[in-house]
Amino acid sequence: MIDKKKVRPADGVMYGLIYLSAIFVVLLLLGIIGYVLYRGISVVSWDFLTGVTSVLKGTTGIAGNIVNTIYIILLTMLIATPIGVGAAIYLNEYAKPGKLVTIIEFATQILSGIPSIIFGLFGMIFFGQTLKLGYSLLTGALTMVLMVLPLITRNTQEALKTVPEGYRQGAIGLGSGKWYMIRTILLPCAMPGIITGVILAIGRIVGESAALLFTAGSAHLLPDGFTEFLSKAFHSGGTLTIQLYLSMSKGQYDIAFGIAVVLLVIVLLINFATKLLAKKFDVNKKV
Amino acid sequence: MKKNTVSIKSGKQSKAARAFSENLAKNCFLFAAVVAVLAVLSIMLYMFLKGTPAFFKVGLNEILFETEWRPAAKENPSFGILYIILTSVAGTTLAIMLGVPLGILTAVFLTEVAPKKLAALVQPAVELLAAIPSVIYGLLGIIILTPWMYKLEKIIFEDSETHQFTGGANLISAVIVLAIMILPTVVNMSVSAIRAVDDKLKSASLALGATKIQTIFKVVLPAAKSGIMTGIVLGIGRALGEAMAISLVSGSSVNLPLPFNSVRFLTTAIVSEMSYASGLHRQVLFTIGLVLFVFIMVINLVLTKMIQGKEKNT
Repeated sequence: MIDKKKVRPADGVMYGLIYLSAIFVVLLLLGIIGYVLYRGISVVSWDFLTGVTSVLKGTTGIAGNIVNTIYIILLTMLIATPIGVGAAIYLNEYAKPGKLVTIIEFATQILSGIPSIIFGLFGMIFFGQTLKLGYSLLTGALTMVLMVLPLITRNTQEALKTVPEGYRQGAIGLGSGKWYMIRTILLPCAMPGIITGVILAIGRIVGESAALLFTAGSAHLLPDGFTEFLSKAFHSGGTLTIQLYLSMSKGQYDIAFGIAVVLLVIVLLINFATKLLAKKFDVNKKV
Repeated sequence: MKKNTVSIKSGKQSKAARAFSENLAKNCFLFAAVVAVLAVLSIMLYMFLKGTPAFFKVGLNEILFETEWRPAAKENPSFGILYIILTSVAGTTLAIMLGVPLGILTAVFLTEVAPKKLAALVQPAVELLAAIPSVIYGLLGIIILTPWMYKLEKIIFEDSETHQFTGGANLISAVIVLAIMILPTVVNMSVSAIRAVDDKLKSASLALGATKIQTIFKVVLPAAKSGIMTGIVLGIGRALGEAMAISLVSGSSVNLPLPFNSVRFLTTAIVSEMSYASGLHRQVLFTIGLVLFVFIMVINLVLTKMIQGKEKNT
């Protein structure tokens, strides 16, 4: 009989290593989440989330950082989404294969490979100094726009590619202009993909630190009133990750772990949301 | 004219107005697409503008090939960044050597070995590892990794008189953090490369009597080589550019990259000194940024060549 394969001891060793690697990865993740929760969960309280750190009052809180984070997310996405989606539409719907497309796609790829600290340096000297915006939430947001642009462009492109060619021809054949067709047919069809890109971009902003340290600064106070909230764009403001970094540099590990818990929860939510969207996307594709 | 473009919804607009709005839309999209190109060009321009002046003031050789880093000294400051460059190269290489085998084996597990249900558990874990902010890796590095390293250091260098104790913030700590951080990249790229391998190759190998393990390591992985290499190059880029996660675990002085030395990477030198640097010191920090940028561009070019090569093969 030949169905009995020769047992090779080396095979067993390799199986062992393969399983060990997978187990290591899972344990690593569980360990990270577990340890952060263990150290940080007791720090997180209503006062911690809604208060502001003040030496005078002896309070610690991250409300200011939460506001700054949301501020940068909104500003960045407001600018980056139209540009990123527009770029994807141009590449997919208008451009004919040629030099320009190659250059744009190459640039997008390079942009996604540049480390965040380089973005930080560039943002600091270009938006901060040349455009005289200084250390401000706007400088940080503009820097983040460049960083998340490839993410949005690529996700939108993928989504546009899944829209059947017949939809386009049908719309054009019925007398629609191209722009009308894009607005009423393509964009709604590609919406799940666009939203996925936006959510991934938000995740990137929430986790970003090096690029924001040099551009958005580190202030942690809450804006006082609505007008100050609006003018906040031109003032320095540190996001949650920046505050985490500063806290751990100063050895305030309790605060650092408290913020880490908040960040982990956000990251988990974002991961969950993209999963949900991906599922919905799949259903759409089959119809 | 503007009124007409708005009335497009009614569908009664004139031909000219319609052509105008079509053109406007097209040009807007074109502009959006060119933003990425403009961004890359201006980043290049600014990195060179800010990074090169120090070369003329201090000298190319004095910066790139000298080892002494005393940028803030009042008398005779020196700006040799050779050790910093070597640290980044050595740190990245070691992280790759540690992270890549682990990543490939995990990818093999996900694609070839694990039952579907088990793979469905491990896959999300990999995705989540990629999503965890780098500062959290840094925080855990300081709290968990460095105390262990310090204990190890105390045992190894117990009798050494020349060793400077680092408290555990050394090259190894940084390498471990980096290896963990590149893991998801390597796993994901390897998984898609392995999935793309033709099933016929596998069947043929198994039919010839090779065991499953032999098939995986002698047939599947070689066939998936180019995709896996792309993952490794991406990982190199990620490790080279990582700053915040390793800025506190790698130590705070510039040294030759030996395992238990306190070291500075290209990235961590910028992060930790930019806040107080001024004058020439600041310019040299931008030069360090330029060196990092050049490294990254080279890696990007390699990557593009690899992807193009792969497209040609298929």
